[in-house]
Amino acid sequence: MSKYTDFTTVSASETSVKPETEKKEKKNQITPVTVDPSSRAKLLEQKKKLHKIRKIQEWGLFTGYLTPSLVGVMLFFFLPLLMLLKTSFQKSSTNTDFIGFANYERVLTNEAFKSASLNTLTFAGLAVPLAVLLALLLALLLNSGLPGKSVFRSIILNPMMVPVASVVLIWQVFFSYNGVMNGWGVSHIFGSDKLDWFKSEHAQIVILVLFIWKNLGYNMVLFLAALNNIPGEILESAMMDGAGAFKRFFAIKMHYLSPTFFFVAIMSLINSFKIFREVYLLTGDHPTDKLYMLQHFMNNQFKKLDYSKLSAGAIIMCVVMIIIVGGLFFAESKFDADVEE
Amino acid sequence: MDAEIRAQRRRAATLARRHVFTEVPPMTSFFDSMSKEERDAFFKKEKVRSVRVLKRRKVTKTIRITICMILAIAVAVFAIIPIFFTFLNSFMSSPEIKDNYGIIFESLSGHMADKGATYLTKTPTLKLVPQKVSIEQYKNLLFMSPTYLFKFWNSIILVVPIVAGQMAVACLASFSFARYRRKRREVLFFSYIILMLMPFQVTLVPNYMISDKLGILNTNWAIILPGIFSTFSIFLLTKYMRQIPSAYIEAAKLDGATEWQIFTKIALPTCKSAIFALTILLFIDYWNMVEQPLVLLTEVDKQPLSVFLSQINEAEIGIAFAASALYMIPPLLIFLWGEEYLVEGISRSGVK
Repeated sequence: MSKYTDFTTVSASETSVKPETEKKEKKNQITPVTVDPSSRAKLLEQKKKLHKIRKIQEWGLFTGYLTPSLVGVMLFFFLPLLMLLKTSFQKSSTNTDFIGFANYERVLTNEAFKSASLNTLTFAGLAVPLAVLLALLLALLLNSGLPGKSVFRSIILNPMMVPVASVVLIWQVFFSYNGVMNGWGVSHIFGSDKLDWFKSEHAQIVILVLFIWKNLGYNMVLFLAALNNIPGEILESAMMDGAGAFKRFFAIKMHYLSPTFFFVAIMSLINSFKIFREVYLLTGDHPTDKLYMLQHFMNNQFKKLDYSKLSAGAIIMCVVMIIIVGGLFFAESKFDADVEE
Repeated sequence: MDAEIRAQRRRAATLARRHVFTEVPPMTSFFDSMSKEERDAFFKKEKVRSVRVLKRRKVTKTIRITICMILAIAVAVFAIIPIFFTFLNSFMSSPEIKDNYGIIFESLSGHMADKGATYLTKTPTLKLVPQKVSIEQYKNLLFMSPTYLFKFWNSIILVVPIVAGQMAVACLASFSFARYRRKRREVLFFSYIILMLMPFQVTLVPNYMISDKLGILNTNWAIILPGIFSTFSIFLLTKYMRQIPSAYIEAAKLDGATEWQIFTKIALPTCKSAIFALTILLFIDYWNMVEQPLVLLTEVDKQPLSVFLSQINEAEIGIAFAASALYMIPPLLIFLWGEEYLVEGISRSGVK
């Protein structure tokens, strides 16, 4: 075939196709619908109305799901807290005169309250970091290629399940004056032949041991989960680049662990405020000065039926808790922002 | 020579860039300058060295693992020993218990009653294995002391309604918090979190006041109702429900599912492990409670076993271990049954 014939056929086909495509384009063209502007506004209004109704419906639906909880929380927590706020400014439960901050003054100058809050805070200050760090170390230990990891995990998690009341007896066997610890001569560390641990200066240590015993497992599981969540490729590539174990830990693992750190710290803090339970079960209503916790103070006020003092104390604690937790949340949000960069 | 090779390479590279293929000079290797004997000797040496390095690595690894193992075993022993002790001692006969631990509780009861403690300078005999296994303690406990069984029942009728009620309320509420996220809801949720973080010292006072107003003080309702509406499980469950992929929910909606269907067919099944874990956690927490009954139930008869166990004294030391052991059996059984769920539930709660 010669080139000429080729060209002619192409041109012929081109000419024959062209009109068809034009026709198609015309067919596909959308003819503009002319809408009366007044009806258009009506439509828009209807749409808006429907949207509003849907929004209200959605709100109602989900509020319905929330209602049982909301009613209960309002009735048993928020409302009485408001009542508390009111009574904290009153002279007593029978005499409803407004006396300003006198109750708060009374509580804050109370020696028992001071020592109780000091003890509670010291305990939290000791127990929370210790519980977090020990749990982290333990999690790293179990994560270092140890055989039988899950067995250790469930054994260490066991104390969490055991009610405190059940192990009180054992704690007494170990730490009382004629107890096992003195028999082993552990008290020599603290410079005395025999110690009545629950009454001594070191009473908080006993409670601390109990606290750690109970909370180690829970915190460890949280850290183990976080450690497992660290992508292996990143650790591997760091290893290839020659990062040692310490460098890998501080540069990579800490980054991934930071939200868990925050969570564990908050949970430990909550639990450290619950330590009254252990103290009460071990030493009863009136422990030594070192173990006199805030809850002891509150219980004694309950017994005296001094409501105004009680409510002032509760409000003070509430405010302090909000400040602590707010601080923690603030720190976390700052830290998180750093991590994301 | 080095410079020469480099120049050769450079030339080859420029040629290659111009798409003119010439023969690239062969790579010179480390071994080229060696004779055959030298090379063999080198390989032999390297082989010996590598074997030695590998051996050393293996040894250090085994040392590391043994140290880790010892530490882990130490912690595990520390964790398990109090439980172990309680169970073993519960099989001792009462006279044996008195022989072994009598002095401990003599001094203790003295210090509790503040009447001049009897400080004897004896050391107790810590015995692991009972001389003669007897179920005397359990027999005494179950058939001779009705108070114990009564308190056990008290614990059960307090804990079961709280756990069931709180889970039901929390499932509904957290579904709402997870699906409907507007600004005011988030504020409400935050206030729930704050409420969750409040220690008993704060929440007990309002609980006491409202129970007083409602006239339920000193009844079980005073503990059950605030327990049901506690916000702890709402916080954790909402965290889980927000992790449900929105694609699931959208797909269900396109298929015409109502919100209730989404709740029962998607939200609840996907959060199954979390719900189990939370149930276990709540059960332990309330099985363990001391503060609430102490304040809200002034009648000793109504108080649960946890409070009662701490009041066991010298006279009842014979059954104390069995009582403690029986008290920890229900949570331990639950733990054995649901350990997988519990671990998974806890694990997912801490990771964002």
